Amino acid sequence: MSSSTEWPLWEVFVRSRRGLSHTHAGSLHAPDAEMALRNARDLYTRRSEGVSLWVVPAAAITASSPDEKDSFFEPAGDKPYRHPTFYDIPEGVKHL
Amino acid sequence: MATAAAQKAAETEPGGAGSAAARAAEQQAAFDEAVAADERIEPRDWMPDAYRTSLIRQIAQHAHSEIIGMQPEANWITRAPSLRRKAILMAKVQDEAGHGLYLYSAAETLGVSRDELLDKLHSGRQKYSSIFNYPTLTWADVGAIGWLVDGAAITNQVPLCRCSYGPYARAMIRVCKEESFHQRQGYESLLALSRGTQAQHEMAQDAVNRWWWPSLMMFGPPDEESSHSEQSMTWKIKRHSNDELRQRFVDICVPQAESLGLTLPDPDLKWNEARGHHDFGPIDWTEFWDVLKGNGPCNDQRITQRRRAHEEGAWVREAAAAYATKQAGAPRADTAATAHGEATA
Repeated sequence: MSSSTEWPLWEVFVRSRRGLSHTHAGSLHAPDAEMALRNARDLYTRRSEGVSLWVVPAAAITASSPDEKDSFFEPAGDKPYRHPTFYDIPEGVKHL
Repeated sequence: MATAAAQKAAETEPGGAGSAAARAAEQQAAFDEAVAADERIEPRDWMPDAYRTSLIRQIAQHAHSEIIGMQPEANWITRAPSLRRKAILMAKVQDEAGHGLYLYSAAETLGVSRDELLDKLHSGRQKYSSIFNYPTLTWADVGAIGWLVDGAAITNQVPLCRCSYGPYARAMIRVCKEESFHQRQGYESLLALSRGTQAQHEMAQDAVNRWWWPSLMMFGPPDEESSHSEQSMTWKIKRHSNDELRQRFVDICVPQAESLGLTLPDPDLKWNEARGHHDFGPIDWTEFWDVLKGNGPCNDQRITQRRRAHEEGAWVREAAAAYATKQAGAPRADTAATAHGEATA
């Protein structure tokens, strides 16, 4: 394998014109960040999908593990008081 | 917590081998459940080895088809009859390159590298769609490819948007959106020819005559001869059988051909009231298998051209990599110089 010519993988995030945040669009190979940006422009915004692009080396991303999904996200499940619907408000009270 | 669970499992099931088997069964069950519930399988989820292998094969060959598929159409870019048609054709070929890249990315989430897949394409160990081994002999072929070949591809690909493997399904959603532009431009192009001069009409009809049967072959062998179909449907990689999709395509095309003012080259083609579908004539499967084995009209030409582009481009890829390495070192030098400049100012 010629590791000198195998280009690294980049993950691409696009923010659309009205989008509030960057959304993962896909990935691509490129020798450096500049080329990754240019290729991402051609590949993921050919139809005016966005006005801002981020490229991140795939190797720089750490993901949560699907095996520990339940235990990892468990703390969110037993705290219903984090949601506004948890609280009873008398009828007729406005702007709340 | 995970350790405690593991300990408990070890206690209830003494012997390492036993608990490993239990773990495997548990993973298989979780996978089967997710597929049954129409949930997506994601890259880091456990999946059966055969599911992974089968997906790599299918997605890679799909990607290869997009890349090889650029050739028959690109053949007409320099000879397109108007600037409008030329610009459209270039945009379409660019889309196909993009589709190839989306699909290689999806395949890579399964643990293979793009270079490895390209290597398999170049050495003939992985295939691409048999359709691209047919030559584009006239300008009308570009229209026929758009209408029939891309039409068949869409019929095949729309159900793949619900495929059980998440990255493949998401790639297909993107591809299908763009593919409908291809199909419509092809149809419009054929319509212009069909309504043009006698010679243009004949050229359009000739192209449809040559592309119709190969397009029907794009759906793959008949159900009873399709080796991967049953398993793929159980895994919900595929949602419909080859014959089902082929029938759907025929039913879609018949009225479209009528509107075009062109005929489909099949004397047995007729509406069957009882089935609610069109009956159509037998497909020449000998030709299909022959093309698939590498004996089609353009197999050698397509793969030779791809291989040559790869080999002759090697020094450019090396230059880009060398430049990237050099640049990676450069910014630090710049920053150091700036910091130094500021310090002395």
